[in-house]
Amino acid sequence: MEEEAPMIARDLILASIRNALAVTGQEAPRRRIVAERLAAHPVGVVPARGTLAPRQRLALFARMLEDAAGTLASVDSVDDVPAAVGEFLRRHNLPLAVRRGEDPVLAAVPWASERTLEISIGASDGEQLTSVSRAFGAVAETGTLVLTSGRDNPTTLNFLPDNHIVVLDARDIVGDFETAIAQLREKFGAEALPRVVNMITGPSRSADIEQTLILGAHGPRRLHVIIVGEP
Amino acid sequence: MSNAASSSRFKDNVRAALADAELQSALKFVEVNFIARRKEVADKLPEFEALRDSARDIKNHTLAHLDLYLEAYEQRVTAQGGHVHYAVTAEDARRIVLELCRKLGAKTVTKGKSMVGEEIGINDFLEANGIVPVETDLGEYIIQIRHEMPSHIIAPAVHLTKAQVEADFRRVHTHLPPDRSMAEPEMMLAEARAVLREKFLSADVGITGANFLIAETGSSIIVTNEGNGDLTQTLPKAHIVLASIEKLVPTMEDVAQILRVLARSATGQEMSVYTTLSTGPRRAGDPDGPNEYHVIILDNGRSAMLGGEFRDMLRCIRCGACMNHCPVYHAIGGHAYGWVYPGPMGAVLTPSLIGLDKAGNLPNASTFCGRCEEVCPVRIPLPKLMRHWREREFERHLSPATVRAGLKLWSFFARRPRLYGFATRPVAWLLALFGRGRGRFSWLPLVGGWTRHRDFPAPQGATFQGQWRKRRR
Repeated sequence: MEEEAPMIARDLILASIRNALAVTGQEAPRRRIVAERLAAHPVGVVPARGTLAPRQRLALFARMLEDAAGTLASVDSVDDVPAAVGEFLRRHNLPLAVRRGEDPVLAAVPWASERTLEISIGASDGEQLTSVSRAFGAVAETGTLVLTSGRDNPTTLNFLPDNHIVVLDARDIVGDFETAIAQLREKFGAEALPRVVNMITGPSRSADIEQTLILGAHGPRRLHVIIVGEP
Repeated sequence: MSNAASSSRFKDNVRAALADAELQSALKFVEVNFIARRKEVADKLPEFEALRDSARDIKNHTLAHLDLYLEAYEQRVTAQGGHVHYAVTAEDARRIVLELCRKLGAKTVTKGKSMVGEEIGINDFLEANGIVPVETDLGEYIIQIRHEMPSHIIAPAVHLTKAQVEADFRRVHTHLPPDRSMAEPEMMLAEARAVLREKFLSADVGITGANFLIAETGSSIIVTNEGNGDLTQTLPKAHIVLASIEKLVPTMEDVAQILRVLARSATGQEMSVYTTLSTGPRRAGDPDGPNEYHVIILDNGRSAMLGGEFRDMLRCIRCGACMNHCPVYHAIGGHAYGWVYPGPMGAVLTPSLIGLDKAGNLPNASTFCGRCEEVCPVRIPLPKLMRHWREREFERHLSPATVRAGLKLWSFFARRPRLYGFATRPVAWLLALFGRGRGRFSWLPLVGGWTRHRDFPAPQGATFQGQWRKRRR
C-alpha cells in the first residue's frame, strides 16, 4: 500500500501534463527532440567576457573574485603554498592550523616548510577555524570557484570553517560556465557527476536585516584563493 | 506561521499596511536598493537581453516537453541512488515528508529556504506531528520566530526593521545575557549564526528547495548567499528536496543560461555566492554528505496551468524582480497579498493555486505600469496575465456590485464618443486650471480614498482626443 501510492501520483501528474499539452508521450518526434537535446546539450548565449585569452582571463577572474569580497594571493608553484597559507593566517591573527582533504595535489604540498603550521586531514565537524581545498576549476566571467565533493575535498570544508582557503591552478581557470561544464562532463561523465558540485563566488553573506550586507552568515567569513603558476 | 490565505481580505490588509509606520519605514529600502543594483549589473553585461530571450526559450521548450524531461530526470536520480516522490496536492507532499521523517526517526529538521515549503505549509504540519522544523536562512529564521509568512520570495523579512528583529531575538534567545548589545546588524547575524550552528549539527533531516532540476544529470540545484542551504543538506543523515514540476531544465548548459539572469535580476549580484548541484546520496568513500537523497515533486495545480492561458507563468524562476519594481508592492509590502507569493508574480500565480474566489483581488492590485514585465528575466507578460484574471473575475460575476455599476456607467459614455467628450472636457479643463501650480493634487473631493496615499496627477488642459486632433493638424 505504502509503495503503491507514489506510483499513482506519478501517473496522475504525467497524465495531467499530457492532457494539458494534448500529447500522449509516445510521439516519436517529441521523444527525438528531447533525446537529442539531452545528448547534444547545445550551448546558448556566451558573454564576450567569458571568451578572453588566458592572461586577461586570469585578470578578470581576480577582479570578479575581489568584487565578490574574496581575497587572492599568487604563487609560482605548490611549493610556495604553505608560506601563502601561513601569511594569510598570520594576517588575520588566526591559529596556525588548517584542515584539508586527501587531494593528491594538496598531499604533494611540502607543508613541513611552514614549520609551525598544523595540518589535519578529513572532513570538518565544525571545530576547525580554517580549511584548505583544491578547486576543480574556476570561471573568470563571474569569479566563481568550482569544487567537487569526495574524499579529496570534503564538502564540509567549504562551509563549516570560518576561513576557507582554496588552492587553484592558474591553468584551471576557464572563461565561461560552458567550458567548466564541458570539463566536468569530460572528467566524470554527465551520468556520474560527483555527489556535489559547489560553485562558490566569494564568502558567505546575508542582507536579510534592513538589506545591510554582512559577510559570514552561515558559511565562511573569508574566502582566500591561492593561485598557483601561470595561465 | 499558518499559511492560510487572507487574500480575500486584500483591501483590509492594504489599509493596515498603509497605516503601519514600521512597515513603511522598512519598505523604502526595497525601492532604493534592488532596482539600482539590478540595473548596474544588467548594464555591465551587454548580452543580458539576449540571455533573457534564451532563458525564456529554454523554459518554453522544457514546458512543451515536460512529461518527457520529467521521466528522464527521474530515471537519472534513481540511477544515482536517489528517490523521486510525486505529490499531486500540498497535502500529499506534506504526508510524504512526514513519512520520510518518521522512517528516519527524525526529531529535528533543518530547513533551507523553500517557497514550495511555504506553499505546502510544511513547518506547521511537522510541528503538529511532533517534529521540530528549524528555518536556517536568516530571513526565514526571523519570520519563523515571529510566526509570519515571508513578505518577499527572496528577502522574507524585508518588511521588518532592525529594531523589530532585535526585539524578537531578545524575546526568543533567552539563554543569552539580556544586557548584550545588538546595536549593529552584524551582532544579530552573529547571534543567529551561533544559535543555528548547533541546530545544523544536531538535525536528523535537512529539507531544501530547488531552483532547478536537471534532466540530463538528475541533479537538484540550490542558489543561496548564506551557505545555510548547503549546511542543511550536507550535515543530516537525509536530504529532502522540495520542488515543483516547472523547476525542470534539460541540461547543465541550459542552467548556465538561466543562472546568468537569475542573480542579476534578483539581488543585483553577478552570481549568488553558492550555486550547488546535488546528485544523489553520499557515495562509497565520501567522508560527508547525507546517506539518503529524496526529491518530492509537487504539482498542486501547475499541470492544469500548462494547458491554459497562464502557462507563461510556469516560466517563473522566483527571482523577485517583479515585486522589487512594483509600485504597489513598494506601497503595501508582501503580507497584504495574503498568501505566500506576493507582488505581480503572486497576483498571477495565487489565483491559479488557491482559486480566483479567494484571490480575485490580487490581479486588480496593479497600475499596469508594465515594469514587472520589463524586468522579468524570462519575459512573463505579467500585466497581460493579470488582465486575463480580471476578465474571468468579471465573467464569473465575482467583482463587487459597485465596480460593475461603475463599469456599466463608464461603458455607457465610452460607447458614445461625443457625449464622452462633452462630459470629460470641462472636468479636465477645471483640474488643469486648479492643478497648474504643483502639477498634482494631494486631495480631491469624492476621491479622498485614492489621494490619501498618493497624489493625483493634474491633466494638461485638453483631453487626449482634443490633443490628438490638434496635433494631427
